Amino acid sequence: MLDFLLKALVGGIGVASVAGPLGAFVVWRRMAYFGDTLAHSALLGVALGFLFDINMNLAIIVLCVGLALVLVTLQKKHIIATDTLLGILAHSSLSLGLVAVSFLDNIRIDLMTYLFGDLLAISSNDILWIYGGGFVVISLLVMFWKPLLAMTVNEELAKVEGYPVEAIRLLLMLLVALVIAVAMKIVGVLLITSLMIIPAATARKLSHTPVQMATIASMLGCIAICGGLWASYQWDTPTGPSVVVCATFLFLMAYSLPLKRLIAHK
Amino acid sequence: MNAPLVAFEDISIAFDGRTLLDQISMTIDAGEIVTLIGPNGSGKSTLIRTLLGLQTATSGKLTRDKNLRIGYMPQKLHIDSTLPLTVKHFLGLVRGVNKADILPTLERLGIAHLISSQVHVLSGGETQRLLLARALLNQPNLLVLDEPVQGVDVNGQIELYNLIENIRNELGCGVLMVSHDLHLVMAKTDTVVCINQHVCCSGSPQHVTEHPAYQALFGVPGSESIAIYAHQHDHVHAEDGHVVSDPQQHKPHQHSASCNH
Repeated sequence: MLDFLLKALVGGIGVASVAGPLGAFVVWRRMAYFGDTLAHSALLGVALGFLFDINMNLAIIVLCVGLALVLVTLQKKHIIATDTLLGILAHSSLSLGLVAVSFLDNIRIDLMTYLFGDLLAISSNDILWIYGGGFVVISLLVMFWKPLLAMTVNEELAKVEGYPVEAIRLLLMLLVALVIAVAMKIVGVLLITSLMIIPAATARKLSHTPVQMATIASMLGCIAICGGLWASYQWDTPTGPSVVVCATFLFLMAYSLPLKRLIAHK
Repeated sequence: MNAPLVAFEDISIAFDGRTLLDQISMTIDAGEIVTLIGPNGSGKSTLIRTLLGLQTATSGKLTRDKNLRIGYMPQKLHIDSTLPLTVKHFLGLVRGVNKADILPTLERLGIAHLISSQVHVLSGGETQRLLLARALLNQPNLLVLDEPVQGVDVNGQIELYNLIENIRNELGCGVLMVSHDLHLVMAKTDTVVCINQHVCCSGSPQHVTEHPAYQALFGVPGSESIAIYAHQHDHVHAEDGHVVSDPQQHKPHQHSASCNH
């Protein structure tokens, strides 16, 4: 009976650990809306996965990465403002996804699962995807931490110093896409960005350096997962939203309590 | 004579039918301080961005020395307040930096005590020094400084210019500096290039200030419309900062018919 809870816990912690550092970058670079856009398009990935009978996770990853590439290309052409572009892509891909899903007569898809996630329905196969994907993301983050951060601090300085800024920017977008694709099952299309942003924003209050902020964001994400699961088990609330509520609670605590930064000046 | 570090030959840039730069030719040699002056919108920043490789020229030729290493100091530094970053970590981001060089560089610029400070809380002058430190840590043979004394008071400006000159003397690097307040810069500069889309005039500071094109843009030296506010303080500060009345200036209040008490 507790097997599904254990799986949910293991899967959720895997996702939250990866979402933390990526979420920090999303906050620093003000990419929240970008994350939302990718997440919304993931539903189209689900529909396409069913239509062509390919692995769901793979379909979502391919679609998210594809959309990230489209975004980078369109952004460079400066046709319209980026936020407008994101708005168009986010909602058109979400609608396209919903329309596509409605064509799948023979398969019943529980839309709620994809919109709000179902942490308790996580399978061993999903856990494999989460930890496989998570490993790739974290390794790339560690390998490219310095260029990623240099670009985030000041793109022009980074470029003059010889960092391949364009490539690094693309890498970051792909990493966000990958995390969203993997995390989508857990908290759903509509809530994924919150799992990245809220722990990172909370961690800001407690940290003194970028590395601290990324690590603390991971830990806070894990706490939110545990808390959300517990609340869901206790009161039979929907898991995904419970996790987000728990993360928000941590955020409010961090900013209302007179907390010092956890780690003092060195 | 060695080849120049950088040579611009007839560099032109047009954007949306608007000419930003028109056939600019100039060179920067090792150990030379070149100051770029010009009114707002004259293309100073565009020229610098071209040199840095952040912008491509529409036509013309830009030759850089094979071993050119640029230390770039941007006009201002905006770091999102959501990003916690200390001075030490900011400087550690320089590509291939030797971490052991950070402290001596900060000492050299007189801001070693700020090494653990967050970059968001630095004053204008401290930020300019931090940016200069970052430029120096890139081990440049050419320093490119975009308005290096922005937001710094006059005394601070003189200090910064002296510092830049000392660095030039020490490293023997070339310096390209953008400025619009020329009077302070002049004394330290070898060559002044005055641009307004095209090169209006260039040469020694003396030569440039006497040039009609310069005078048309900036007025005749000595006839500026800005008056200097000369004033004397009636008090002095003791070493701990508290106000001490200057005994020579301080006189007790003398009553007269005009004072109503």
